[in-house]
Amino acid sequence: MEAALKKPRWALRAVVAAAAIAGLYAAGLGVQAGFIEYVQRIILLAGINVILAVGLNLINGTTGQFSIGHAGFMAVGAYAAAFTGVHLAPHVASLLGAGSTADAVTFNVALLVGALLAGATGVLVGLPSLRLKGDYLAIVTLGFGEIIRILLNNAQFLGAATGYSGDSAAGLPAYTSFFWVFFWVLVVVALIRNVTFSQTGRSLVAIREDEIAAEAMATPTTRLKVLAFTLSAATAGIAGGLFAHMQSGIRPEDFRFDKSIDMIVMIIVGGLGSISGAALGGIFVAVTLEVMRDLQQYRLVLYALLLIVIMLVRPEGLLGSRELGLALFRRSSKKPGAT
Amino acid sequence: MTLLALERVDKVFGGLRALRGVSFEVAPGSIFGLIGPNGAGKTTLFNVITGVYRPDGGHVRFDGGEIGGLSPARVAELGIARTFQNIRLFRAMTVEENVMVAGHKLHRAGLASAVFRTAAHASDENALTTRARELLEVLGLKDHAEDVAGSLPYGSQRRLEIARALMLGPKLLLLDEPAAGMNSSEAFELERQIRFLRDELGVTIVLVEHNMSVVMSVCERIHVVDHGETIAEGTPAEIKVHPRVLAAYLGQEADPGAADEETAP
Repeated sequence: MEAALKKPRWALRAVVAAAAIAGLYAAGLGVQAGFIEYVQRIILLAGINVILAVGLNLINGTTGQFSIGHAGFMAVGAYAAAFTGVHLAPHVASLLGAGSTADAVTFNVALLVGALLAGATGVLVGLPSLRLKGDYLAIVTLGFGEIIRILLNNAQFLGAATGYSGDSAAGLPAYTSFFWVFFWVLVVVALIRNVTFSQTGRSLVAIREDEIAAEAMATPTTRLKVLAFTLSAATAGIAGGLFAHMQSGIRPEDFRFDKSIDMIVMIIVGGLGSISGAALGGIFVAVTLEVMRDLQQYRLVLYALLLIVIMLVRPEGLLGSRELGLALFRRSSKKPGAT
Repeated sequence: MTLLALERVDKVFGGLRALRGVSFEVAPGSIFGLIGPNGAGKTTLFNVITGVYRPDGGHVRFDGGEIGGLSPARVAELGIARTFQNIRLFRAMTVEENVMVAGHKLHRAGLASAVFRTAAHASDENALTTRARELLEVLGLKDHAEDVAGSLPYGSQRRLEIARALMLGPKLLLLDEPAAGMNSSEAFELERQIRFLRDELGVTIVLVEHNMSVVMSVCERIHVVDHGETIAEGTPAEIKVHPRVLAAYLGQEADPGAADEETAP
């Protein structure tokens, strides 16, 4: 029998958090010094993918609901964060004085606004969709993703089809850095992990395994499914905000259907239901996208082939529903539904 | 005193009248049997009681309140737990996790507490684990706590369903054919466990079962339905010799009067 869970030691946690932040900061300096900009960009994209995959996995892997419109949530977060960033920056600068502190405040507020709005969209899509299962839910979420893109295509104040780059020629403020991307990777992974390894997480897996039985055990299935949708959408919103602020502008085309497919590939390659698997899948897709850049849209063909091969050779994905044996994961109470 | 009372409950599926005016009362602390031939409406009765189906007529009262038409989750919260005839476990989860899922009452801290891993979260998890282990011990599954539920043998899966249902802390436990697929020694052990649940945990039990030796040995009262209608109720000794019950199970006796009735219309 495993040892009982101990009371939390907050002082130790504060030290670990401080060490992690210092480590991130040092790693950020190292990455900046050691890699050319092209490689740095791939590393940032990999981090953003990790957030997307880990978040999507909560719905598709843990709760077993098939959503394929995740790019829509990312788009909501990206536009909301970009818009907030552009309009908030002058106010924060006049309060705190222009500089890195003001930038950090503006950026994180913008990210949270993006997360909030994307999360609210998650509730909106989640509520009516939850009577649907399987293919039907997939179609609704797919349609949702397209609706968001088409709305953005026609929203004049967000630049419509030419995209949004703020009102100046300089484009969006480039807030996104190694430090902030991986800071949010840690926050999101910790959040999703702690939700997964809890009574809530067990209940989500129970819904995936047998919804009727879950309901007979007094599990509030609707509330939990909406919760999973909302959390997942909110994390996609953060990923969108990080993505927006690493380029001079964002376009509706950045959030096409194939972006959602990329995310599905991430979690299937990594192993549905595994947090560390999703993270690995996110990194895998960031790298292969760069390797296959010259192929452009033909990469979808290669992804399809890859998915077929995975289904034939290793249907449970890289990690199945297991977690990597990192100290971070070993300390946890047991993961529900790991086979 | 009654814990569960059904009054003239009807349930119709299209042209099929699955339940016609079924009434019975279950006293608190009793073990109540519900029997009848295949297709008699026993599982339909369970589904009406647990909120899976809404009754088309009549009342279902539990603990003094009307529960007919409430959602399954609400009925479960009020204190009615059940097992399923065609086992419905969370197959990919471990045995212990299956039981823990039903422990909502022991889970007091909210999601934020889990996110920040507070002391309240730790004490919840410990309470859930402890209670789950106790129930697994009662059902003889303690050594399998870490096993994946789907890998258990059939009889153990049935007992795991009971352990999971008990985790709700129910006043009433509905067992839908718990002895199905069990051999005679497993069934005998099940009888002992059912009595233990009532005697030691104080749970009232309603049992649907085809294994007559189990039903006759553990039940104090038995209600018999056939074609959605009540045909008899009484003690096991009364039911064993009740003519309508014998007729329902074994066919009509060669009684000229009865034969005339059959062919008359």
